Amino acid sequence: MAASTPGARSARVPVEVTTVGNTVALRLHGDWRLERVGSPAPPAELTRRLGTAPPPSALVVEGAGVERWDSALLVFLLRLLRLGEEAGVPLVLRDLPDGAARLLEIARAVPPVQRRGRRTAPGPLQAAGAHALALWREAMAFLEFLGEVVLALGAFLRGRARFRRADLLLFLQQAGVDALGIVTLITFLVGLILAFIGAVQLQAFGAEIYIADLVGIAMVRQMGGLMTAVILAGRTGAAFAAQLGAMNANEEVDALRTLGVSPVEFLVLPRVMALVLMMPVLTVYAMLVGILGGAAVAITVFGITPMEYFYETQSVMATDHFVAGMIYAVTFGALIALASCLRGMQSGRDAAAVGEATTSAVVTSIVLIVVADAVLTVVFDAIDL
Amino acid sequence: MAYGSRVIQRDLSFTILRGDIFVIMGGSGCGKSTLMRHMIGLKRPAAGRIVFDGVSLWEAEAEERARLLRRAGVTYQSAALWSSMTLAENVALPMELYTDLSPAEIRELVALKLALVGLAGLEDAYPAELSGGMRKRAGIARALALDPEILFFDEPSAGLDPITSRRLDDLIVELRENLGTTVVLVTHELPTVLGIGTNSVFLDAEARTQRAVGDPKRLAETCRDPVVHAFLHREEPAEVSTP
Repeated sequence: MAASTPGARSARVPVEVTTVGNTVALRLHGDWRLERVGSPAPPAELTRRLGTAPPPSALVVEGAGVERWDSALLVFLLRLLRLGEEAGVPLVLRDLPDGAARLLEIARAVPPVQRRGRRTAPGPLQAAGAHALALWREAMAFLEFLGEVVLALGAFLRGRARFRRADLLLFLQQAGVDALGIVTLITFLVGLILAFIGAVQLQAFGAEIYIADLVGIAMVRQMGGLMTAVILAGRTGAAFAAQLGAMNANEEVDALRTLGVSPVEFLVLPRVMALVLMMPVLTVYAMLVGILGGAAVAITVFGITPMEYFYETQSVMATDHFVAGMIYAVTFGALIALASCLRGMQSGRDAAAVGEATTSAVVTSIVLIVVADAVLTVVFDAIDL
Repeated sequence: MAYGSRVIQRDLSFTILRGDIFVIMGGSGCGKSTLMRHMIGLKRPAAGRIVFDGVSLWEAEAEERARLLRRAGVTYQSAALWSSMTLAENVALPMELYTDLSPAEIRELVALKLALVGLAGLEDAYPAELSGGMRKRAGIARALALDPEILFFDEPSAGLDPITSRRLDDLIVELRENLGTTVVLVTHELPTVLGIGTNSVFLDAEARTQRAVGDPKRLAETCRDPVVHAFLHREEPAEVSTP
């Protein structure tokens, strides 16, 4: 049998239909490969004959003339068998090529599995209910996972957590040093953009010097932490989810459990600690780079001297802004770590599931970052921070 | 065969004849699967030639090599079904890519291939819904998609119970006898080696070369190499020298 390849097929199916008495005979001959005949339907004459009353007493298929064959012949014979069964006419197979009859037997040996029909699409109310329940389950899973991480952290503080210190150092490097390049680029550009946007308005009042106030406060209070969080969610969070998902698929997580080691302690805790520790450090760095970005615009485009810019920045910078920025940073770091590790641990055991877990980790992290940002902003306003 | 400067196997020489069930056997880590990866075009040998139907696989142009490899079907150790596709989509993909069959024709052929491996009616199932043995059989159905002349199996019995393994062996024999397909099997399962193999090569991890070539049943009776003898009789090998 040869693989079929695209090409011209013979239009005529090599079969002759004859009627002898009350028996219909099909004589197959010639080349019955896919590339020659495609997947031929039973001849119209046969279908017509089977539809007339009284139906023939038998349908005889003579295969002695078949020279070459492959799956095309088998598919044709299966169709004939089905047609015969539907019409209640027995099919008699004669002189089929070696192997073809046996393969037909194999193909029909196991009856088709009757799978339960697909469920019909739920109504809007049912869908809303299912969605609400899914959200509730998600929230519970997140809380449960948070609890496990807190317990693992407690074990760590008591010196009882089991994980490899080398892993923690590696994750600190992955979450911190390795991210410096992208954090530098993005936050410098954000500072630059903020300066340009602010300058357009401030220039109208001759108040370009306040670019320093705008960029400084924005970067320290909000944008430094927010941009670093988004970068880490897409970079480190996605990597953590993919690593844990792949480990789940390879049964590495099960192997830890059977060894009596808590996967949350061994796998999740070092990742969470790395992100929570590195996030404020990177945020401070992002604040400074963002301010430099603003300075680049103010100095080169609007003629403000470096001394004026940095004096203005220093004068407007209050400790409150920095404290608020750090609270944002630690919160974002914890949320990214929890969301990405949770998605990784929840991942299924195949390649598609690992991909879904990674995507879900990034989406969940960013949603949580934005929600937390909004909540903290309202709280800080209420407590005058 | 080598990974960088590390030689896995050297001086391999054997011929697979049309209609053979050729077994690549040997202990763990001897390079059985690596040899198969060379034969199915996934890895270029460090030296030497693999000749398929008169054409040197790795000296042929990439397009010619791809055309040659389409005449082969491969079943991987983990079945390697695409998890985001149904069984029908898994089996249909090679036909969609390399034939001009209509979707209706492909559907019929997919049903046939799945029926041949005993999975009729499971067209809409996803790989994750199947047992290990069913996944293996679905992998065979996909390997059969283009009516291959040669079928490769990497550890077909791995992870399966003995009964399912024997059923899979029977299926391999049926496919070979009725489709006229040549079969190349990578395995260290003795029941498979001795039960269905008609020709074989024994690779040795220590010597890093082949120790024997031939019908495994005959090797079990006549081969004097202590490592091959021990392997085929489930014995601890005695102290042996490398050839």
